[in-house]
Amino acid sequence: MASETIAISGADYDARPIGERLHDWVVTVDHKKLGILYILYALFFLVIGGIEATIMRIQLIVPHNHFVSPEVFNRMFTMHGTTMIFFVAMPILFGFGTYLIPLMIGTRDMAFPRLNALSFWLTAFGGLLLYYSFIGGSGLYGAGNAPDVGWFAYAPLTSRAFSPGHSTDFWTLGLLVSGFGSIGTAVNFIATILCMRCPGMTLGKMPLLAWMNLVMAGMVILAVSPLTAAQIMLSTDRFLGGHFFDAQAGGSAVLWMHFFWIFGHPEVYVLIIPAFAFVSEIVPVFSRKPIFGYPVMVAATVCIGFVSFSVWAHHMFTVGMSSYSNSFFTITTMVVGVPTGIKIFNWIGTMWGGKIQFKAPMMFCIGFLFQFLIAGLTGIMLAASPFDWQLGNSYFVVAHFHYVIVGGILFALFGAFYYWFPKMSGRMYSETLARWHFWLFLIGFHLTFDFMHIPGILGMPRRIYTYESGRGWEIWNLIVTIGVVFQIAGVAVFVFNLLRSLVKGVAAGNDPWDAWTLEWSTNSPPPEYNFAQIPVVMSRRPLWDLKHPEDPDWKYE
Amino acid sequence: MSSAAVTRPLIEPEWVLPSRGRVGMFSLIAAESAIFTIFVVAYIFYIGASVSGPKPKDVLELPIFSTICLLSSSLTIHLAVRALRNAKVSVFGVWWFLTIVLGTIFLFGTGREWHHLIFSDGLTISTNLFGTTYYSLVGLHAFHVTVGVIVLTIGMIFTLLGKVKPEHSERAEIFSLYWHFVDAVWVIVFTVVYVIGR
Amino acid sequence: MRCNEQTRGMLSKAAGTAVLLAGVLLAATLCFGTSEKPSQITSIFRPDSTPADSIFHLSMLVLAITGLIFLIVFSLIAYTVTKFRRRSDDGPEPPQVYGSNQIELAWTVIPVLIVLVLFMATARVIHAIQDARMPKGAIEVTVIGHQFWWEFQYPALGIVTANELHVPVSDPLHPTPTFLKLLSADTDHSFWVPRLAGKTDLIPNRVNEMWLDPHEVGVYVGQCAQFCGMQHAKMLLRVYVDSPAQFAQWVQEEKKPAELNDTADEGRRIFETTACINCHTVSGTVADGRFGPDLTHLMSRDTIAAGAALNTSENLKAWIQDPEAIKPGSLMPAMKLNDHDSGALTAYLETLR
Repeated sequence: MASETIAISGADYDARPIGERLHDWVVTVDHKKLGILYILYALFFLVIGGIEATIMRIQLIVPHNHFVSPEVFNRMFTMHGTTMIFFVAMPILFGFGTYLIPLMIGTRDMAFPRLNALSFWLTAFGGLLLYYSFIGGSGLYGAGNAPDVGWFAYAPLTSRAFSPGHSTDFWTLGLLVSGFGSIGTAVNFIATILCMRCPGMTLGKMPLLAWMNLVMAGMVILAVSPLTAAQIMLSTDRFLGGHFFDAQAGGSAVLWMHFFWIFGHPEVYVLIIPAFAFVSEIVPVFSRKPIFGYPVMVAATVCIGFVSFSVWAHHMFTVGMSSYSNSFFTITTMVVGVPTGIKIFNWIGTMWGGKIQFKAPMMFCIGFLFQFLIAGLTGIMLAASPFDWQLGNSYFVVAHFHYVIVGGILFALFGAFYYWFPKMSGRMYSETLARWHFWLFLIGFHLTFDFMHIPGILGMPRRIYTYESGRGWEIWNLIVTIGVVFQIAGVAVFVFNLLRSLVKGVAAGNDPWDAWTLEWSTNSPPPEYNFAQIPVVMSRRPLWDLKHPEDPDWKYE
Repeated sequence: MSSAAVTRPLIEPEWVLPSRGRVGMFSLIAAESAIFTIFVVAYIFYIGASVSGPKPKDVLELPIFSTICLLSSSLTIHLAVRALRNAKVSVFGVWWFLTIVLGTIFLFGTGREWHHLIFSDGLTISTNLFGTTYYSLVGLHAFHVTVGVIVLTIGMIFTLLGKVKPEHSERAEIFSLYWHFVDAVWVIVFTVVYVIGR
Repeated sequence: MRCNEQTRGMLSKAAGTAVLLAGVLLAATLCFGTSEKPSQITSIFRPDSTPADSIFHLSMLVLAITGLIFLIVFSLIAYTVTKFRRRSDDGPEPPQVYGSNQIELAWTVIPVLIVLVLFMATARVIHAIQDARMPKGAIEVTVIGHQFWWEFQYPALGIVTANELHVPVSDPLHPTPTFLKLLSADTDHSFWVPRLAGKTDLIPNRVNEMWLDPHEVGVYVGQCAQFCGMQHAKMLLRVYVDSPAQFAQWVQEEKKPAELNDTADEGRRIFETTACINCHTVSGTVADGRFGPDLTHLMSRDTIAAGAALNTSENLKAWIQDPEAIKPGSLMPAMKLNDHDSGALTAYLETLR
C-alpha cells in the first residue's frame, strides 16, 4: 500500500562541515532550499510583525494610554502592515509554491533556477532595506526613522513637504526592490507550470495547487507592476521635484489611490488564492475523497483572477466619486464574491460523504472554512458602498481584513505547515502540541478579531494612537488586546513543535498521509533531483491510480 | 516496484510543451506593459492640467527621424534572427549590428530633444505636470531601449568572438520579442505624447 | 479511544462556538450604545439624520441577508464535519464522487440572484444620498481640513469658525439641511460624525460634497477618519445641532467682530506683537493669520485644540505654554512665554466671547 519509491533512497545525513553546509544554502538555486529560505525569512518577520502589533494593542488597551508616543505608534501600524503583506504573506506563499510546484508537476526544478535565487534575495534585501529605516536615515522627529505614513502611503502625506527625512523613501525603495523579486518569482511560476509538467499531465490533470499558483502568478505580473510604477512616480516627486501627486501644481492625490489600489486589491487575492490551494489539497486527503468539482474550482479561480482587477475602488468609496462609479464598484465587488464563495461549497461537497480525519492540517482547514465564510460576508457588507461610508476606515474594516488574512490565510498556512512538514523535513510533528497550538490560537484569534468589529460599528476610526473615553470603546479594546496573549502562546507552541520535531520527531516516511499527488511518491525530504525518473501520469491523482489499480481515476475523469 | 504510473498500452502522442524562454519573456512583457500602462494613464490624465510653464504644443516637435530608425530596427532584428536560424552567422552579425546602430540613433535623438527642451525651452521634470509626465514616460521608454542596446551589444561582442552559433537562434528570437515590445511601446508613447497630447 | 477524543473535540468546538455567538449577540445589542452619555454616542446604529438613517436601514437588510447566508452555510459545515467524521480505524475509502453539475449550477445561480437583490437595494441608497438636491432652506458650510483642526466657513452668513460646527435642526416637513463642501489645505482628511452621515474625505485640490439634516437638538461627536499625520487621533469633531432660535442667536454672535475689553490690554499687546497674529485671526484687530483656527469667538467653544482638551483657563494657559504636552506633533509651536505673559495672554483670550 505504500507508494513506491520513485527515488533512490539516499543518505540523509550530511557529514560536511557546517561552513560548507551554510554556504550551500547561500548559493543554492535548488527550488526546495529556496522555498525553505523564503519560509524561514517570512517566519522571522511574522514574529517581528507580531511584536509591532502587540505594541499597538498595549497602547490601545485603555484610552489615553502612554505606552508609546504617537510617532512610534504611527510607525508601528505602518511597519506592521507593510511587513505582514510584503515580507511575511508574500514570501511564505511564494516559498510554499517554489517548494511544491516542481514536485507536484513531476519535474526537477523551476524553469529558471537562477532567477529563482535572484528573486528570493531581492525580496530579502527589500525587507532588510525597509527595516534599516529603524536605525538609519535622518528626520525631523529624531533618530530612528521607520516610515509612518500607513502601509498604503497616501499622497500627499508622502510628499517631501509632509514627510521630511527619508522614512518614506525606505518604504518606497524597500518595496520597489522586493517588487522586482515578486515579479521574477511570478515569471518563474508561469514558465514552470506551463512548460515543465511531466508527460501526461495536461493542464486539466495538474493539481489544483498548480492551477491556483498559475493564476496567482499571472495576477502578480499585472498587479505589482502598477505599484512599481506608482512608487517610481512618488520617488520622482520626492527626489527630482516631480509633481505627480503635488496638489499645488495640479497633481492629484486620488490618482495615487487609484494606482495603489489597482495593485492593492488584486494583491489580496494574490494572497488568498494560494491559501485556497492549500485547502484544496488538504481537505480531499483528510476526507478521503477527490476535490468536488475540479473544473469549476479552476474556472472560479480564473474568474476571480480577472474580476478582481475591476473592484479596486471599493477602497475609495469615501473619496467622492460619482454615484455611478460607486455603484459600478459595488456591483463588481459583490460579483467577485460569487466565485469566491462557491468554493466554500466545493470544499463542503468534498467533505460530504467522506471519512474525515481530524489531524492538525484538517483542523486548521476547517477553521479556515468557518472563518473565511465570515470574512467573506463582512466583505459583502463593506461592498455596499453606503454601508462602507460608515464602516470604511474604521475598526470594522481592520477586523474584516484580519479575519481574511489571519483567520483565512494564516490558518490555511498552519494547515500547510503541518501537512508538508513531514515531506520537507522527513520527520513527523507532535500531534498533541499541534492541537494545543490550534486551540490556543483559535481562542486568541476569536477574542481579538470577533470583538474588533464592534468598535468599528461604534465609530472608532483606524490608525489612531489613542481614543476618547466615554464612547463605549474601552471594553472592546481591552478584550481585543487580551486575545493577543493567546495568539502569542499558540505561535510559541507552533515554533516549539517545529523545532522539537526537527530534532526528535519520528521518521515520517514518504507518504504519511496516504495522499495522492506526486510529491508523496518521492523521499522525505526529497533528494536534490526530486525524482529518479520523471513520472508519467494519467489522471489528477497519480498515486491513487497506483494504489488502486482496480479503480483508477483515469477511468472517470 | 515500478517507477512510474501504470502506462496504458497505447501509443502516447509526443509530449510537447511551450518553450520556457518564450513563456518567460511573454510574462515579462506583460509585466512591463502594466508598468507602461500606468505611466500612459497618468500622462493622459494630466493632459492640460499644468498650472504654469511650457505647454506641449509650444515645445514638442514630432521626432519623425528617430521613430523611423527605431521602428526599422524591428525589421533589422527580425532579419538578423532569420539569418541565424538559416545558419548565416555573418549575415546575422550585420543585421544585428544595424539594429544597434538604429537603436543608438534613437537614443541620440531623444538626448538631443531633451537637451533642447531643458536648455532652450526651460522644460525640466520639475517645471510643471507636463514636464514631470513627459520626462517620466519618455524616459522610462528610453531606459528600456538602453537596456536593449546593452544586451544587443553583449550579443555583438559574442558574435565577434565567434561564440554565436545557429543553435542560439532561439535565444536571439526571444530577445527580439523584447525589442519588438519596446518598439510597440514607442508607437503608443508617440501617439499619446506627440499626437494626442499636443 | 480516538473516537471519544474526536467527539469531545467536536463538542468543545460546538460549545466554544455557541459561547462566542452568544457573546457576539450581546455585543451587537451593546452596539446600540445604550450606556454612554447621549452626546458621546458614536454608534452607526443610532442614526439621527437622513443619510445615516438610510444607511442604517440598508445595513439592516444587508445584515439580514448575510446573517441568513451565514446560518445556512455555518450549519452545513458543522453538520458535514460532524456527520462524516471517520468512525473506525480502517475500512474502505468512501465513494469517490468527482462533482455534480446540477448542484454546482444551483449554488452558483442562487448567490448571483442574492447579489442582484443586494445591489439594487444599495444602488437606490447611493443615489438617494449622493444625488440629493439642495433645497432652498439649506445652510451651506465650507469645511477645510487642516493638520489637525477643522475650519468652518459659512459663506452666505459671513462667518468663520473652527472645530465646532453649529447647524440648525431640520424639521422633515420644512427641511433645513446643512450642505457641506469639503476641501483640504494640506493632506487627506475625512469628516465622520457617525450618527449624522457616512464619512466623506477631504482631499487637496478637490471639492467633495455631503449633507446632513439632524432631526434632534443636541451634540454629536466624531473625528477625522483618514490618517493625516502625527495627530490624526486628536482631530476631533463636534456638531452642535441647535434649535432655530439658538442657531439664529449663534449666527448673530459669530458675525460680530471681537469684543474690545480694556482689562485685557496687556494680553492683547502680547498677542499682537508675538507671532500669534501670523497664524490666527481675531476679526476687528490686526490679527489675520489663516494657518491656525480663527479665535474671534474662542470662548464660545467647549473645547480647544480640535477637541484635545476642554476649554478651561488652565488648559488654555497650558496649551499656549506647551502644546506638545497636550497634542504632541501639533503644528502650533510653544511660544516660550514666561509665566506672567502667558497668564496675561490667557486673560486676553478669555475675553474673546
